[in-house]
Amino acid sequence: MSFTRFIIKRAVTMFGVLMATLLITIALVGSNMDAILKQSVALEVRQQVTDNKHLVSSFKNPQDLDAFVENQIKQRTDALGLDKPWYYPPRLGLSMYKILTLDFGHAKFLTSDTGSSDVKDIILEKMPRTILLFTTATLIISLIGIFLGALSGSKINSKLDKITSTFAIISSSFPVWWIGMLMIFVFAFVYQIFPARATPLIPVTDPGYIGSLLYHMTLPLITLVLIGFGSWAYLVRNFIVGIMQEDFVIAKRAAGISEKKIIYTHALKNAAPPIITVLALSLSGSLGGAIITEAVFDWPGMGRLYYEAINVLDLPVIIGETYVLTAFFLVSIFLADVLYGYFDPRVRKE
Amino acid sequence: MSFSSKEVWCEFSKNKTGLAGIGILVILFAMSAVAALTIPIESFKEWNDPASWLTFPKSALPAWVNYFLSEKMPEHMILENPQVASQNVDDIFLTSDIFGVDYNYDKFPSDFIYEYTAKYTGSPLLQIWVTRQDGKEFQLISTSLPQSKTETSYHGFIFSTDDSMVKNLRRNQSSFMFPIDSLLAQDIVFSKTEQNTVLQGHYFFKVNLYSVNSKSNFETSKFILGGKVYGLMGTDELRRNLTVGLLWGTPLALFIGITVAIGSVVIGLVYSVFAGYKGKKTDESLMRFNDVIYAMPALPLLIILAVTIGNSIFLIVGFLVLFGWVGIAKVSRSMALQIKTLQYVEAAKIMGQKDYKIIFKHIIPQLLPYAFASIAISVPAAITTEAGLSFLGLGDPTFPTWGQILHDANTYGAAARGLWWWILPPGIMIAVTGLAFVFIGHAMDVIINPRLKR
Repeated sequence: MSFTRFIIKRAVTMFGVLMATLLITIALVGSNMDAILKQSVALEVRQQVTDNKHLVSSFKNPQDLDAFVENQIKQRTDALGLDKPWYYPPRLGLSMYKILTLDFGHAKFLTSDTGSSDVKDIILEKMPRTILLFTTATLIISLIGIFLGALSGSKINSKLDKITSTFAIISSSFPVWWIGMLMIFVFAFVYQIFPARATPLIPVTDPGYIGSLLYHMTLPLITLVLIGFGSWAYLVRNFIVGIMQEDFVIAKRAAGISEKKIIYTHALKNAAPPIITVLALSLSGSLGGAIITEAVFDWPGMGRLYYEAINVLDLPVIIGETYVLTAFFLVSIFLADVLYGYFDPRVRKE
Repeated sequence: MSFSSKEVWCEFSKNKTGLAGIGILVILFAMSAVAALTIPIESFKEWNDPASWLTFPKSALPAWVNYFLSEKMPEHMILENPQVASQNVDDIFLTSDIFGVDYNYDKFPSDFIYEYTAKYTGSPLLQIWVTRQDGKEFQLISTSLPQSKTETSYHGFIFSTDDSMVKNLRRNQSSFMFPIDSLLAQDIVFSKTEQNTVLQGHYFFKVNLYSVNSKSNFETSKFILGGKVYGLMGTDELRRNLTVGLLWGTPLALFIGITVAIGSVVIGLVYSVFAGYKGKKTDESLMRFNDVIYAMPALPLLIILAVTIGNSIFLIVGFLVLFGWVGIAKVSRSMALQIKTLQYVEAAKIMGQKDYKIIFKHIIPQLLPYAFASIAISVPAAITTEAGLSFLGLGDPTFPTWGQILHDANTYGAAARGLWWWILPPGIMIAVTGLAFVFIGHAMDVIINPRLKR
């Protein structure tokens, strides 16, 4: 199978997954969403009719008025297509198409910092902050992890190796958000160094906003790095240990090449494909985990938006966010696949 | 790759971390047994009902902190069985309940509550007085109970935060040498007169019930001095006894973790072995489906499922299994492919054994060691994911887990307010439970993959 065909096949699968996730999301929230929409339409129509004194006084008895209102509501819901259930194919197709083109509609309760209720605006506003925090964290984690992993992989069963492995196992047992709470306790309550809430208090338009955002970012960043680098180091260590047993390494060693050079040039190069794959996966995985972490630190990103949307059941936001998160997730899985396929041709022929 | 259970155990018993894992697990099961035997599940189900926790102190530290402090924090005291006295002058009847208490702590109590059930007709007058060691006597409250023409039992509470009680007490400024107009009721009642520190010694709380024409009395009468320390684990902002929550959280976490792990592994194993054994089109389509679920973002979908379908603990277990089996299926399929080519499987096939018999009798038993290791390894993820969902407020309210305790702690800003006893224990329990299974899984992994030993 050629590389292009491999890429196309993966891309098609990913698109299928995206559609499946979307369909499941709509299936789960569709009926609720319709009920809420109908309610708001009814409320709106009633409001309009009662506001119009002239219209109200033209009816002789309340029954006529009620009938008129009912009729108006029905016309409006029909115009919106709400007379058909959410799974009515043309409606389903339309809503899927809308979401695909990033038209998520308007949020019920939540707004962006600039006051827009368009779900797209809200998400686009929060996205850079989430990416800023989690990409920075993942990059720091992977740098520390690769270095520490290579170091402990070169000295198996040394003190450093044992400490790294133990730390990796223990740190991965603690939920990140719980460590986050502890960090807030230690650095915001006991030693008041960092703020407990990561949302900057000054408005977005202020020139000092970026600086304030970075200062507020420190505590979540430290937490993410602290809990993350151990398992990275462990992973890299295991790759290195595997490679160090390969014949070509033994040959290099026999040729008199220094151990350091073998590890940092030859072994790491061979461990690159899986490491890059894991990097791509953890970049996207961290975005999913962002929901809870951002809720703890009150970081104004996509995760906290999701958390808020659940609390007030703002369905358009939930659908939009699920779509964007899924898309992110799939793009990185796809990238990981492609990179792996590029580095390791064996994968392409399954 | 075949193992007898005896060999596995022999290898396992040499592994120290594995044994440590088993040890922790035994302790956790013992804790579950203690919870089930000592704390009735009914009382635990009222975890989220604030009314059932009224007689507990608010945000009290664990009692053992007193060992580390030079100034002793007051323990929680519930005074029952008061001295009862009654007398009548003409047609006025008086019943008095007198509570005596030695208060020998260095800190003021957090509050006090009088809980009573009074039986009366008419509208009796209820007064509470406190008499102190130094002879000072303050009136705390004077209030009349709701009018009733027939004989009735009235159940009520009087809190130290009551406005009129605070006002009454602040009138005694002349007795104190420092301003008391901004102090709370308990900080005045238990204060020395020259400075605002605790006056240790004996206190009498006298509750008088005056009624006209008919006799009235207290059916129940309880005076609660809110402590600043309580029990083994303290209490939270909503007065709940954290010992109860933490103890009952143990069987729940074990239940969730183990059920999800077993469910996922069994489904994943059967699914993938079937796919691998059948091969060709079946394999291709089954594995494509597996890929689709594998690529779905689990947490957002879990959240949506919990929000729309429901958050009962059994449903959540189901949702977790839904996303848990795919990873296991991927690995066990490749193993099944290897076993399928072994000669005895071929032989069984030629002898005309039915497919399901070959799968369940010949292939799956070979995968059992791997299955047990995966069960152990999947437990922590299940526990932390459930804790995460609970932390977001999507847990089952009738079965509060450790995650929910942390959710409440986060809602009340426990971290930023320094309520460490509310945050530390649940998280440590989650981690320790996870670690126990990681240790066991790791030890089994070493046995199954001898390569890791090097």
